[in-house]
Amino acid sequence: MNVRVLWTSAWTEAKLFVREPMTVIFTLVLPLLFLLVLGGVFGNKPNPAWHGQGPVNYYVPAYLGLVWASIGLLALPVHLVRYREDGVLRRLRASAAPKWAIFGSQAIVASAIALAGGALLIAVAAFTYHIRTPQSPAGVVGAWLLAGIVFASLGILLSCIPTSRGALGAGLGLFFVMMMLCGSGPPFKVMSAPLRDVSNILPLTYVTRILEAPWLGTALAWSDIGVAAGIALLADLVAAVTFRWE
Amino acid sequence: MEPVIVVDGLTKRYGKLCVVDGISFEVARGEIFGILGRNGAGKTTTIECLQGLRRADGGQMRVLGFDPRTETGELRRRIGSQLQESALPQRIKVWEALHWFASFVPGARDPGHLIDQWGLQDKRNTHFSDLSGGQRQRLFIALALVNQPELVFLDEMTTGLDPAARHTTWELVRAVRDAGTSVVLVTHFMEEAERLCDRVAVFESGKIVALDTPGALIARHTKQITVRFSAGPGDLGWLAAVAGVDQMERRDGSVEIHGTGPVLAEVGAALVGHGIRPADLRADQPNLEDVFLSVTGRRSDE
Repeated sequence: MNVRVLWTSAWTEAKLFVREPMTVIFTLVLPLLFLLVLGGVFGNKPNPAWHGQGPVNYYVPAYLGLVWASIGLLALPVHLVRYREDGVLRRLRASAAPKWAIFGSQAIVASAIALAGGALLIAVAAFTYHIRTPQSPAGVVGAWLLAGIVFASLGILLSCIPTSRGALGAGLGLFFVMMMLCGSGPPFKVMSAPLRDVSNILPLTYVTRILEAPWLGTALAWSDIGVAAGIALLADLVAAVTFRWE
Repeated sequence: MEPVIVVDGLTKRYGKLCVVDGISFEVARGEIFGILGRNGAGKTTTIECLQGLRRADGGQMRVLGFDPRTETGELRRRIGSQLQESALPQRIKVWEALHWFASFVPGARDPGHLIDQWGLQDKRNTHFSDLSGGQRQRLFIALALVNQPELVFLDEMTTGLDPAARHTTWELVRAVRDAGTSVVLVTHFMEEAERLCDRVAVFESGKIVALDTPGALIARHTKQITVRFSAGPGDLGWLAAVAGVDQMERRDGSVEIHGTGPVLAEVGAALVGHGIRPADLRADQPNLEDVFLSVTGRRSDE
C-alpha cells in the first residue's frame, strides 16, 4: 500500500475544497452562524424547554452533528457527482489511481473539515457563552466518529444520483429539513406530535441524540446507536450496487 | 519481439448494435499505430476495451502481456491514457494535477520536466477551468505520460489544437516514441495519420477495412496520379501516347493528366522533348484521404 498516493490525493482534495465557496459556507460558516443566532435569541440560561439545559450547551453537540450533515448531504455528493459528470472519475479510473485512495482521500478531507468546523463551533461557543465542557469527552469522540460514518455513507448514497443538479437539490432539501427538525432547530420537547414523527425518521435525529448523551451526561439509548449504524450499513449496501464511475 | 498489443476477434455490442465486430490486429513494440475512422466506427470503444474501461463481449486481447479484463490494475500502471471527453477538477492547478497523477505510481516522471516539455511553464499555476482547449489537451497528454508508460493511448489528441500546435504535438509524440514508448493514436485527421503513424488501421462500421503502412495503403488503394501544368493553345494531343498517361483534359489554359506509375517524369521528359518547359508542372500525390475514400466509399468528414 502506497501512503504517498493517499496523502497527495487528500492534500489535493483539501485544496480543491477550500476553492469551492459554496461548500465552505455550508460546512464551516452556516452552522456557526445559526448557533450564534440561536444563542443570541435564547441565551444560555437553564431552560425547561431545552430539557433543563442552557440552550447553547444543548445546541453545541447538535451542531457538531449538523457539520457532518452538511458534509455528507452537500459537500461530498455534489463533489463526487460533479467529478463523474466532468469525466474526472473516468480519468482517474483510466490512470492507475487506486480506488481506496480516491475514497480514502475523500474520507480524510471530510474528517478534517468536520474537525475544523466542530473545533470552530466549540471555540466560539466557549468564548461567547462559556459552555459546559462535555461530561464524557471519550464518548463525544466515539459519537462524533459514528456521526461521520453515518453521513459519509449517506453522502456516497446521494452521489449515486446521476446529475449534480439533482444531487444538489436532494442534498439541500434533506439538509434544511434535518437542520429544522433534528435538534439543531426547535428542541424536541416543543415540537408537535406530527413534527416529532417526521423527526423520528430522519438520520440526523439519531446522530444528535448520540452526540448529546456523552456531551450533556444524559442517558445513551443503545437503540439510537443501532438505528444510526443500520442507516449507515443500508446506505453503504445500496451505494455499493448503484454507484457508477461514468 | 513480443507485440505490445494482440487483439483477436474483439467484439463489443451495445444492445443489438454491434459497434466492434470481430476485429484483429497487432501492435509492435516501438510502433506508432494509427486507428483511423469516422465517428461511430468503433475506434474509441476498441481502445477502451484494451484499457479495461469497457468489457468486451468476445474475442481475445493481450496488452503488454496482460488481459485487460482481469489484470486491469497491473496493466494501468504500465500504460498511459489520454481519453476523449474526460476532464479534471475545475479548480485544480496544472502542477497540482501532474503532481497528483504522479503519486499514483512509484517511479513516476518529474512533473516539472513534463511541464517544460509540453510548454506549460507559463500555466503551471493556472486552474484547469482557465486553460484554453490546446493547453488542456497538452496537459492531458502530459498526464498520460507521467507514469513512464510502455504504451500510451492517445484519443483525438490534436482536436482543438491550431495547426502550429498540432505540428509541435507530432514532434513531441515522435520524441515519446523515440524514448521507447509505443503509441496507439486514434484520429480522424488523415494528415496526422499519414505524417505520424508507422502503420494505420482504417475502421469502418466496427471492422478493419484496411491495415498497413500509409505508403503501402496509398500504393495499393490509389492508382491514379494527377499531373497539372499551364499551357498555351497549341496541340498537345500527342501527350495521350506518353507512357503511363490514361486520360488528358484541358481547361482554360491548364492541362490535367490522369495516369499511373512514373507518369510525372514521363510527361516532363516528353514536354521538354517538344520544347515545352512549364514552370508549374506538378503532380498531386494521392494521400490517405484517397485511400479512405477508396476503402470506405465515403470521405472521412462525411
